[in-house]
Amino acid sequence: MALVSIRSVNKVYDGNVHAVKDVSLEIRDKEFMVFVGPSGCGKTTTLRMVAGLESITSGDIVIGDTVVNQLPPMDRDIAMVFQNYALYPHMSVFHNMAFGLKMRKFEKPEIDKRVRDAAAILGIETLLDRKPRQLSGGQRQRVALGRAIVRHPQVFLFDEPLSNLDAKLRVQMRVELKKLHERLGTTAIYVTHDQVEAMTLGDRVVVMKDGIVQQVGEPLELYNTPANKFVAGFIGSPAMNFADVTLAESGGRLWAEAQGLRIGLPDPIARRANGRNGAHATLGIRPEDIHLASPTDADDLCFEAEVEVIEQLGSEIVLDTRVGRSAFVASVDPSLRMKVHDRLKLAMNPARLHLFDAGSEAAI
Amino acid sequence: MAVTAVSGPVARPTPRLRRMEDERWLAFALLVPTAVLLGLFIAYPFIEGVLLSLNSTRVGVKGDFVGLKNFDKIWNDSIFRTSVWNTFWYTGVTTVFKLALGLWLAMLLNRHFKGKALVRAFILLPFIIPTVLSTFAWKWMFDPTFSVINWTLFQLGFITQRINWLGDPDLAMTSIIIVNVWRGVPFFAISLLAGLQTISPELQEAAAIDGARPWQRFWHVTWPLLLPVTMVVVLFSVIQTFADFQLVYVMTGGGPANATHLFATYAYQLGIGTGLLSEGAAVSLAMFPFLFLIVVVQLLYIRRVETR
Repeated sequence: MALVSIRSVNKVYDGNVHAVKDVSLEIRDKEFMVFVGPSGCGKTTTLRMVAGLESITSGDIVIGDTVVNQLPPMDRDIAMVFQNYALYPHMSVFHNMAFGLKMRKFEKPEIDKRVRDAAAILGIETLLDRKPRQLSGGQRQRVALGRAIVRHPQVFLFDEPLSNLDAKLRVQMRVELKKLHERLGTTAIYVTHDQVEAMTLGDRVVVMKDGIVQQVGEPLELYNTPANKFVAGFIGSPAMNFADVTLAESGGRLWAEAQGLRIGLPDPIARRANGRNGAHATLGIRPEDIHLASPTDADDLCFEAEVEVIEQLGSEIVLDTRVGRSAFVASVDPSLRMKVHDRLKLAMNPARLHLFDAGSEAAI
Repeated sequence: MAVTAVSGPVARPTPRLRRMEDERWLAFALLVPTAVLLGLFIAYPFIEGVLLSLNSTRVGVKGDFVGLKNFDKIWNDSIFRTSVWNTFWYTGVTTVFKLALGLWLAMLLNRHFKGKALVRAFILLPFIIPTVLSTFAWKWMFDPTFSVINWTLFQLGFITQRINWLGDPDLAMTSIIIVNVWRGVPFFAISLLAGLQTISPELQEAAAIDGARPWQRFWHVTWPLLLPVTMVVVLFSVIQTFADFQLVYVMTGGGPANATHLFATYAYQLGIGTGLLSEGAAVSLAMFPFLFLIVVVQLLYIRRVETR
């Protein structure tokens, strides 16, 4: 068990592809840290640098209290679960799990005990004599986990371990991973491109884009107060709505205006946006923070929208609507009845409005 | 009326059509060309060869049935015994070197470096050039008077006298082994490289994290996964080398003093060179049980490896 410290780490490939840019992070002892971002964002490269599979161009990586920059993977006391499981196809499940212990010259009885303990935790005791090709995707995933946990490493590294499983199994394995982490308490770094996985698994989540850390925080922190437009759009499903607006002062208040839209900005945002009269900005609001307007809703938070698509999900209705040149997705009460091309009056939850700078895209 | 006209042929196919639909006939028709070709060019010559070896036929003389007399004769023939030993030695030594060098080259080529595609293409050259042509070039290099090898060794001060590469029995054998290895390594290298490329690099990384050192990664991961490909490549190579003809024929013609004869070259010399067709047939048939055994053993092994 250990903390992992990534200090001003850079990765440059072939002298010109700057894959990871000045990443600094502290991963606390026993923490489950998730790296999330679109493909090519540098999350896997960062993980591979921690593993020692990729060299570090500059900066330091510390595991426990050792700088591991120059250490080969085997001396870093880490275990990794690969996207394609990377099970040795010619070895039985038992030998796959025992390989790392054998290489480290553990005694036979100890190997046997550890493998059987891990197999019991993962529910694969009956599969120990099988070859990987005789296993289903979920079983292979468990063996790959087993191979990692028998070693009792300081840190677990996961490289998109669930992305090859079907949707149902993925949800199930996600829950099991969470339980496993609670049980073992080993520091874990988990890479995924799936924001749902990130939100459900992570104690904290790192959002990356183009090799740069966009934001680090607990899942709800990212959801409630995204640092910029990218994080706001990446976290949450369906994704946050964005509308290009012009800020205008009138009657002592600040308004966000676009074609067919005039929203009175509530106080905290208005204060932060002070002095931006006439500036362009992006207004953000999540689908679940838009509802059908009722008489109690203030007029300056309402807008009229035309329904374009209705998606009935049972627990909610997702509406694709159009307001002037902007599109808004709203998640509304499933008991409501409406038709395509209906014009509805919708209202925004003022506490949940977001405003982003048009240029830097940083939250205002 | 219109309805019966349309459905008529479907309901009642003509006899010829019905025969076409019978799968046994179709299977037979599809098999005939292959069967004829195999029969004409493999089965017939083989049987004819067996009959010839039981005869006393020579060039120009129609012989009589003599039973196993030809085999008895070659069994007591010291040149035949040398040829048998030579063939095994030649096949064994070249296969070991081809495998070792081929594997080494394949591992090198499996790394990333600039100009990888070009180097891979160049590696194949010895394999692409017609054997007879490249062997003539080698013969020139081993020539006692004009040998570039001798010249180089002499200039570097390693030797003071010419080495008679193809004139000394042991050196002649070594020389043809060198040429065979040179010619055969590309096939091993490229085939094994193809095999290496099917092994996921993630396995190497997983093994590295598991604590395996480079040679342990090779021994515990790469080698076992490459074994099926290796066995097939070795099988092909052994069959080809065992029955090799052109290399020895061009380089030494079986000499000096019959020291480098293989099954095939000796069979040719007896049968065509000397005109003893039946004895030549007996020599080349004597190759059959050995090859058969090698193939059976290797195929059984490959099957075991693959079902493992």
